[in-house]
Amino acid sequence: MVPDNLDEAVNKSNSVPDLEVKPQDLYHANSFITRWIFCQDAKVIGIQYSLTAIAIGLVAMVLSWMMRLQLGFPETFSFLGPAEYYQFVTMHGMIMVIYLLTALFLGGFGNFLIPLMVGARDMVFPYVNMISFWIYFLAVLILVASFFVPGGPTGAGWTLYPPQAITQGTPGSGWGIVLMLISLSVFVVGFTMGGLNYVITILQARTRGMTLMRMPLTVWGIFTATVLALFAFPALIVSCIMMTLDSLLGTSFFMPTMVELGEKLEYGGGSPILFQHLFWFFGHPEVYIVALPAFGIVSDLISVHARKNIFGYRMMVWAIVFIGALSFIVWAHHMYVSGMNPWFGFFFATTTLIIAVPTAIKVYNWVLTLWRGNIRLTLPMLFALAFIVTFVNGGITGLFLGNVIVDVPLSDTYFVVAHFHMVMGIAPVLVVFGAIYHWFPLITGRYLHEGMGQFHFWVSFLGSYAIYFPMHYLGFIGVPRRYYEMYNSEFIPTSAEGLNQFITIAALTVGFAQIVFLYNIIVSSKFGKLAGKNPWQACSLEWQTPDVPPGHGNFGKELPVVYRWAYDFSVPGAKEDFIPQNVAPNEVPEAKAEQT
Amino acid sequence: MFVAIMLTLVTVGSILFHFFSPWWWTEVASNWGNIDDTIILTFWVTGSVFVAICLFSAYCVWKFRYQKNRRADYEPENPKLEWWLTILTALGVAALLAPGLVVWNQYVTVPKDAYEIEVMAQQWYFSYRLPGEDNKLGTSDIMNITDDNPFGINPNDPNGQDDVLIDGDDIHLLIDRPTKVLLRSIDVLHNFYVPQFRAKMDMVPGSVTYYWFTPTRTGYFEILCAEYCGTGHYAMRGWVSVDEQEDYQAWLQEQETFEEMMARNNDNKEIEIVAK
Ligand code: HEM
Ligand SMILES: [Cu+2]
Ligand SMILES: [Cu+2]
Repeated sequence: MVPDNLDEAVNKSNSVPDLEVKPQDLYHANSFITRWIFCQDAKVIGIQYSLTAIAIGLVAMVLSWMMRLQLGFPETFSFLGPAEYYQFVTMHGMIMVIYLLTALFLGGFGNFLIPLMVGARDMVFPYVNMISFWIYFLAVLILVASFFVPGGPTGAGWTLYPPQAITQGTPGSGWGIVLMLISLSVFVVGFTMGGLNYVITILQARTRGMTLMRMPLTVWGIFTATVLALFAFPALIVSCIMMTLDSLLGTSFFMPTMVELGEKLEYGGGSPILFQHLFWFFGHPEVYIVALPAFGIVSDLISVHARKNIFGYRMMVWAIVFIGALSFIVWAHHMYVSGMNPWFGFFFATTTLIIAVPTAIKVYNWVLTLWRGNIRLTLPMLFALAFIVTFVNGGITGLFLGNVIVDVPLSDTYFVVAHFHMVMGIAPVLVVFGAIYHWFPLITGRYLHEGMGQFHFWVSFLGSYAIYFPMHYLGFIGVPRRYYEMYNSEFIPTSAEGLNQFITIAALTVGFAQIVFLYNIIVSSKFGKLAGKNPWQACSLEWQTPDVPPGHGNFGKELPVVYRWAYDFSVPGAKEDFIPQNVAPNEVPEAKAEQT
Repeated sequence: MFVAIMLTLVTVGSILFHFFSPWWWTEVASNWGNIDDTIILTFWVTGSVFVAICLFSAYCVWKFRYQKNRRADYEPENPKLEWWLTILTALGVAALLAPGLVVWNQYVTVPKDAYEIEVMAQQWYFSYRLPGEDNKLGTSDIMNITDDNPFGINPNDPNGQDDVLIDGDDIHLLIDRPTKVLLRSIDVLHNFYVPQFRAKMDMVPGSVTYYWFTPTRTGYFEILCAEYCGTGHYAMRGWVSVDEQEDYQAWLQEQETFEEMMARNNDNKEIEIVAK
């Protein structure tokens, strides 16, 4: 049994408590197929998730180029009609949010990092974990299939609002939307399997000494995001099923009495706004499902590369948990002008602005971690700095949109497009990049190429800032989003055309930098500079494995025992400027560590 | 050094862009100028936080750059500082929220004497209905819609007979008269948005939504649909003209009422029958 004062016991005596559970037999792969395809090792599953997510993410990126070409140079590309434009907007948005970022942070980073960081040999349910990936893969295939069905993919906008999602005036309202709904439902099923695994592994399979308050913030971020997802995705799956029924069987969950291109339809009595409530009850936490893992990861990047403990660790943990909890009572800030009862505005504006407080605390603590650090400007650190700038920028525009009255003129304009790209597009993607540069040496044993990395960093950071910062001002003018073409509206100065061309060119340049990045990944995984063990001199457990890259079972013969938090950098008295989590106090008697 | 300079440049560049941008909101044409004021307030509060954080990071990156024989500070937490920052942030947020809610309260509280008009949306255009001499809009229902009665007005409702219908033409509004727009859609979601009025609201089939404003400046303004509504969304526009009393009355005289329209439709039918 665990003594209540496990921490103290471990610290004081340095003695290691007995195992609570006897070591379990590990699953062993014995053929190519079970090793690399239907594999049950979380590290391989993590990589499978990541590669699939990045592959489908590339599709979303190419779609964004098409849209930008149309917006920058209207009437130049005849193959881009309004129907295609709307299909591209929809697929781009949906892929980026769900199939790329959610899958990459939770399925990719979650699988790879959780067992390593908490000191486990694998996830607790490896078989379910394997199935989870293949179900996600199936969801992606269904999504891709929708590009090839009659009518093409749905063009309903990533929010899929009924009634228009399933009526004829919208592209892909037949096959396209149904495949989208099925694909999302399948995704939720796959995610739930993976998600239960992450949560239970973190709660049950931590190694001895790894108390919750010693976990790296990466794990806290992924853990909280997964819990959010487990509560939020049910709202999505039920709304998908209900809309599928409306579409195929003629039920009227979301469908009011209405006409469609002059014909009265059979529907009656349903509520389109009910769908919006369900969608955003999922959709708002979804933003944090993407953001919280990014928060966690970036905290670790900053701390390691600034050689300083993360400032205010406990506050950081509570901020993550608090943000996660609050994210379930702010959803209707996406619906201020949806026609719901306007009195809700008071409540949701208040809850939304309250979330700004713990979020701001996180930002302060990141920059206070830099204060009196010893900052190595490595690539992961550069991406972390760029994240802070873009995230703060996108965060403060959130204060505009969350304040209900300010949202009235700005909602559904390019201000919103700029805001959400900054805060949940660019900022988390910058963290993904930083994380890849950081953990690549763990995954492959080699560094990514520094020169290409610098190029990738500066073009991606400055380029995406140049895309989205000026875009807010189009929103102030009042340019609405999801407009295939603006025409020469009188209220828009003609110079806005020049701005749109500039944005398009910046977007294509940023896109090019991503191709360099992919090339870097491919080449460096074979020919990169060898990194050796723990090249960044980090404290967390994933870097303390006997083999690099970590082998099957992660930790060799003995699981590590944890004596301290993941942030013992620059401890006064200690010889080195870092003390790994599995170093016992009596091995570094001279160190004056305060926090454990 | 380079990184610190770039971070500073991004910050300073953002400030300069903000002040010298040729892209800024249109001159307001309604009473909602105070929405602009709340935005300006938000700009000052949040903008200064943005600048402070970026410049602070730039300074740290330069000042605390890596040196082999230096050690970072070891300071796990500083509860006092953390609480101060929390309290200050909470105050800043309250300073944004409070005025915002006051203005929102005005937005959702329609003056009693507001003149009611109806905007009806369908893929992909707007049409309008004014209450006529009795100042009351007649009831309507999608089930009543026929080729003769495109608005679906209840033919048996006396209030509806004198309703003025504007189908396929611009809407005119009287300057300085508080106006409540009742928003109705007969097919999918739409939104009635005029950038110069600063106001918008979705139009939802199955219910009637609304907002109010007072036009304060004569002129001819573009109406945009601001809720995605299908392939023609981007082309769903209209025009509103804000008139002085005289012009407004002259325009109003020329419009047809529901009764007149039904009579005209019947005449046409009789002509058809006679012709046959
Ligand atoms: C630099 C890379 C990117 C470019 C150039 C880009 C461009 C665009 C464009 C042109 C639109 C359509 C705007 C409109 O017509 O309303 C759009 C929409 C959207 N983008 Fe991106 N995007 C990029 C990256 C991302 C990322 C990383 C995300 C991840 C969150 C994302 C999420 C979305 C979403 C959710 C929409 C809304 C779709 C809708 O309106 O239904 N984008 N993007
Ligand atoms: Cu519309
Ligand atoms: Cu529209």
